Amino acid sequence: MKTGANILIESLAREGVDIIFGYPGGSVLPIYDELYDSSIRHILMRHEQAAIHAADGYARASGRVGVCLATSGPGACNLVTGIATAYMDSVPVVAITGQVPTSMLGNDAFQESDITGITLPVTKHNYLVKDANELAGVVREAFYIAKTGRNGPVLIDLPKDVNTDLVKNPVPAPDIVSLRGYQPTYRGHARQIERAIQLLMEAERPIIYAGGGVIASGASQELVEIAERLLLPVTSTLMGLGCIPCDHPLNLGMLGMHGTEYANFAVTECDFMLAVGVRFDDRVTGKLETFAPHAKIVHIDIDPAEIGKNKPADVPIVGDAKTVLRDILARVSTRDAASPWLQKIDAWKKNHPLRYNDGDGLHPQFIIQQLSDLLAGEGIIVSEVGQNQMWAAQYYCFRHPRQWLSSGGLGTMGYGFPAAIGAHFARPDEQVFDIAGDGSFQMNIQELGTVAHYNIPVRIAILNNMYLGMVRQWQELFYDRRYSYTELPSVDFVKIAQAYGIEGMRVESRDEVRPALQAAIDAEGPFVLDFRIEREENVFPMVPAGAAINEMIGGHQQ
Amino acid sequence: MKAHMLSILVENRAGVLSRVAGLFSRRGFNIESLAVGVCEEPNMSRITVVAYGDDAQIEQVKKQLNKLIDIVKVSDITYRDHVARELALIKVNAETGASRAEIMQIATIFRAKIIDVGTRTVVLEVTGDSEKIDALEKLLRHYGIKELVRTGRIAILRGLKTVKSQKPE
Ligand SMILES: Cc1ncc(C[n+]2csc(CCOP(=O)(O)OP(=O)(O)O)c2C)c(N)n1
Ligand SMILES: [Mg+2]
Repeated sequence: MKTGANILIESLAREGVDIIFGYPGGSVLPIYDELYDSSIRHILMRHEQAAIHAADGYARASGRVGVCLATSGPGACNLVTGIATAYMDSVPVVAITGQVPTSMLGNDAFQESDITGITLPVTKHNYLVKDANELAGVVREAFYIAKTGRNGPVLIDLPKDVNTDLVKNPVPAPDIVSLRGYQPTYRGHARQIERAIQLLMEAERPIIYAGGGVIASGASQELVEIAERLLLPVTSTLMGLGCIPCDHPLNLGMLGMHGTEYANFAVTECDFMLAVGVRFDDRVTGKLETFAPHAKIVHIDIDPAEIGKNKPADVPIVGDAKTVLRDILARVSTRDAASPWLQKIDAWKKNHPLRYNDGDGLHPQFIIQQLSDLLAGEGIIVSEVGQNQMWAAQYYCFRHPRQWLSSGGLGTMGYGFPAAIGAHFARPDEQVFDIAGDGSFQMNIQELGTVAHYNIPVRIAILNNMYLGMVRQWQELFYDRRYSYTELPSVDFVKIAQAYGIEGMRVESRDEVRPALQAAIDAEGPFVLDFRIEREENVFPMVPAGAAINEMIGGHQQ
Repeated sequence: MKAHMLSILVENRAGVLSRVAGLFSRRGFNIESLAVGVCEEPNMSRITVVAYGDDAQIEQVKKQLNKLIDIVKVSDITYRDHVARELALIKVNAETGASRAEIMQIATIFRAKIIDVGTRTVVLEVTGDSEKIDALEKLLRHYGIKELVRTGRIAILRGLKTVKSQKPE
């Protein structure tokens, strides 16, 4: 005889789950009772949104499925933003929610919410389990769905009676999940691959446009190998950073709205584009008609719905990035180097580097550069959303995949701090920094309680401009400097940290930056750095919304 | 913009209809008509959806539908050789003997059946394609339609072909 909660925890253990981020409540009491003496560790967060972001950070840092747990009603609803965040960035998480007993479903019972209905558009799949017998199979399926094909979040809603029901002979989970309606394609079509190679060999000005799919599929090595063998410059999306080392001679850095000028120039002039694990998002393409206007496009993605969605592909290849790139590698040896193209790119790189006004005052770009230098481009860098995110993306020299965790698709302020907590548990030996904004940090600032409680050595570097900086930047540029509701009063973050028993330091000048960062790196536990940066520093270059990506402001043309 | 007819084979699970319907509304499509029922396979249902869109938009919806785990197959049968039918039940005023006779005549021409006769109304049952039902409705309006109930369109491929036997597109 087993209870549903029993079966749940056993099933999670069988999936290799070692940690759950959660928050208890009435409907999940039976599950918490099981956790009391389970070998699975549970981290008590201070908000359910933080629990799902932590599970997400754990998943992005490790490549394994992250798991979170919340009670019914308000607990489940608090997960929604985090589920949507994971959905937009294709992150494998399994969210488990409590639910009112099946007999009360649909009655507006206390703390009932239709969480499967609410999360329908933001989950890859979800389940309302009505029979404890099905539980083992559902858990198996949920993990399988989350982690195969295009990864994504799966929610399992468990009515209280399903958790307490005694089951005599629980139906065991199948060894192999087979779903008629879900059969992801991993291997690319051979003839399409042949066509892609042919176009590639004919190209004079080729480029690789790499995204989060490369990281998700673990294809970075193959990508770099193709780039090196065929001398293809690589530009990556925000989600793809780390797929090629930042200082690799073929790396062009990030493209798009806040991309490098040379990446955007190269995309605009290329005659061939190998698009891998990307979705031609509007923040990348700017005006679609002028994005890579001369290029023959080969688009590799595991999700057929992404191919041709925004930009038609000349050669669509549905498949897993790693598998397809390997198949390509197996068929190509070398290519006559199109040296004029690479020379042109090198000239762009030389004449249009990322730059900022390094005059008086504390510049956020300088802080990121110093951190990058101190950590030698290692560690795990998590960001919040806004200017802080873009500066981190532009100025940190990433070397590896799964080193950069950021909410790209949804752009969720408050993501970074809890995700950093999850990242720490995924890779406890790494330095984990949350590059934060003062606005974003205050969206999940309560997690100071969590890092203090468990002495989690996450370092928070607040680029404090006392503004909702990115919004203010748009108001400065496009709304005549009318700073409508974007100014934030000064907050003494160090004192707040201290109130939780956490070390902190305020930094106001350039000279203090390195020692302060070093102090954070050396700290045993969590550490808060409050950098008082130039308040009206902007993120440049910038492609105004709807413009062509080679029409940047704040670049070198002006 | 063209009316497209999608035949969708789904696992017969709770919530599958709202997954399908939700996807259409989320992507900004109005569902013109919808019909759901069990089909030849156990534990499966077939949903027939008629929606307006250009070919590229419908192709995108089809791909999105295919991503739903409970959906086994989606076929756009708009351009394939098929027969389609709808069913309507129409309650018409028939107060006088004269109008009653006329309505029965119209019913014969349309091969509609009179399935209920009251003292002041008759109920007609008609099957056919949309145009036929529209035409009948128009004629009957003259007598006063008290209520009209219409099913969604269902369709099937002609000849040996079946939607099931197609390879997933
Ligand atoms: C939850 C949420 N609300 C609103 C926004 C819109 N938004 C984008 S950036 C930004 C400002 C962020 O301010 P801060 O965290 O201080 O970062 P900064 O840009 O100043 O570095 C806002 C409000 C968002 N992305 N997420
Ligand atoms: Mg700010």
